Amino acid sequence: MRKLLFQSLFRPPFTERAPSPDDAALNELATAVGRAARRRLGRSLSIREIDAGSCNACELEIHALNNAYYDVERFGLRFVASPRHADILMVTGPVTKNMREALARTYHATPDPKWVVAVGDCAKDGGCFSGSYAVVGGVGDVIPIDLHIPGCPPTPMAMLKGLLALLERVAGAGTA
Amino acid sequence: MPPLTDLMHKGRKVAQHRPWSRAVVDAADWSRAAGELARGNCSLLALWGEPSAVHMAISDKAGGEIVVLSVDCPGHTYPSVGMRHPPAIRLERAISDLFGLSAEDLPDTRPWLDHGSWGVRFPLGNRVKALSKPAPYRFLPVEGDGLHQIPVGPVHAGIIEPGHFRFTASGETVVRLEQRLGYTHKGIEGLMSGADLERAAQLAGRVSGDSTVAYAYAFSKAAEAALKIAAPDRAVWLRALLAELERLANHLGDIGAICNDASFALMHAHCSVLRESVLRAANDVFGHRLMRDIIVPGGVTRDLGDDGKEIIHAALDNLRLRFPTLVELYDNTASLQDRTFGTGSLKPALASQYAAGGYVGRASGRAFDARRNLAYPPYDALRFEVPVLNDGDVNARVWIRVREVEQSLSLIDQILHRLPKGPSRIPVRPLEEVGEGMAMVEGFRGDVLVWLRLRGGRIERCHLRDPSWFQWPLLEAVIEDNIVADFPLCNKSFNCSYSGQDL
Repeated sequence: MRKLLFQSLFRPPFTERAPSPDDAALNELATAVGRAARRRLGRSLSIREIDAGSCNACELEIHALNNAYYDVERFGLRFVASPRHADILMVTGPVTKNMREALARTYHATPDPKWVVAVGDCAKDGGCFSGSYAVVGGVGDVIPIDLHIPGCPPTPMAMLKGLLALLERVAGAGTA
Repeated sequence: MPPLTDLMHKGRKVAQHRPWSRAVVDAADWSRAAGELARGNCSLLALWGEPSAVHMAISDKAGGEIVVLSVDCPGHTYPSVGMRHPPAIRLERAISDLFGLSAEDLPDTRPWLDHGSWGVRFPLGNRVKALSKPAPYRFLPVEGDGLHQIPVGPVHAGIIEPGHFRFTASGETVVRLEQRLGYTHKGIEGLMSGADLERAAQLAGRVSGDSTVAYAYAFSKAAEAALKIAAPDRAVWLRALLAELERLANHLGDIGAICNDASFALMHAHCSVLRESVLRAANDVFGHRLMRDIIVPGGVTRDLGDDGKEIIHAALDNLRLRFPTLVELYDNTASLQDRTFGTGSLKPALASQYAAGGYVGRASGRAFDARRNLAYPPYDALRFEVPVLNDGDVNARVWIRVREVEQSLSLIDQILHRLPKGPSRIPVRPLEEVGEGMAMVEGFRGDVLVWLRLRGGRIERCHLRDPSWFQWPLLEAVIEDNIVADFPLCNKSFNCSYSGQDL
């Protein structure tokens, strides 16, 4: 383990190691997210993820936000275990009828000010599952949403961009 | 005479079913089949309903010979399999929820997928209006001095799917875990009925996102069997390439995540980087990080050029360089092994009874891998080992994944080296006649089974069975006598799909 840790000391971070247009975009985006998040909430913005019925692909990509390539914690954005600790709810999936109540209760358990980000094509209007007897529809059919990030699933990069857009809008409107 | 052959001979064979045989049997022979399952002479692969019939797929114990038995249910009842063979209980509860067909003498008649919120009952059978006040769900009673209960979910503390776990503990020790699932039920099989092939393939790839390749693969094979067509050689090999990349990415993610649940974040950080490298290669080559919607009936939608081969080779070289160090780290960290060793042990007898697929079965002595036992192309022409261990603990499930990563690396090399030339997709024309097809494909989690009936180019009925159906109940068994704090570790080492089970 010491060897591995030692090597890590000398190895450049993964985000900078292979510069490509994507990484450049990430860096640019990263700085902007950092600035906006700090201005609004002073370096700490907590996200609570809720799966309201997704196929779990969105969850995989949200997980990826935490890996060394995207490392959202650099910007003070972090995932928390309880809605009581959250500023942002990231909600995935078509909302199933079996999850409708749990989603609404989680929303109400989150203190104000709070923002809701609907993640993925299904979260918009139910996507390819709309019309099913078991599906309510999009996240917006159950709780008010502030932003939708499209994709099936959205890439981690698209999600970072989305969080930035939300922060800009919240800061611009001057409302809490 | 072997039990399966005997049962088949007694029934009325259905000619349109491919590639394995299907026979309609009477209630007595259906019960005999349940008896064979209970005695451990065969394995239950799937059990699913239609508005007035129930089907089950069973295999011999070696797993190579498969038959489908059907029984008509004119009175909306059929003899329970679950009464004699517990792995069928949840499946029969689901059939009752969706079709309104009840299994006679089923020991557990509580609803499973139906939480009373759909507004209808029996949505895939003869629909009736839902009860205005559904009865509250009753968890199994637990009695004893000093026991306490911990309800968890459906919204969990991490970035995971929803489900409810009801723990009963004595001090720190778990006495019983009872799961309640169904929260992500989207009615996929309902949406399938009447869908054309394109939409149905899209839906199949969204049953469980982490297995999107495996589902599209199994669905396409089943559809091709029903249509009496074969995908071109190149597509057959490309599909295996996609499947192995998916297996690699998921196993790498899991190995790290299991260690993370033992608070060993270093492994998680490094494994996440390796997983990301596979996803990026997949994105560069196939245009989608999870390789979604690439496999379709008739072939694959994206071919692989020389630059694609190079990208994959580069990703594999990187893995070969970095992965062994992580394996060594796992193997040499006593504090980590202290958590994984002897934790959440699954007895081989249970793994065999439930015909548990994937690393859950293979870590508990069940040497079944659809790639080997069914030897579907191109795996019949590839060299690989199927690692099997007998310890059945979290540690064994980690090691099975480690060995499978190594096997997948070798398989991808072989596929890239021997990839045949030619078209990668053929046009698919609907058949006039009715056709039924079935396929089983080894996903990263275990065998994914798809059964379907096509009529005039549309899906009449499609059933998709996730390997998690036979793994979730075993998680209830392995957590017993472990401490509550080890549940995340056990759960992650199983990594069952909620969405795949709930459908």
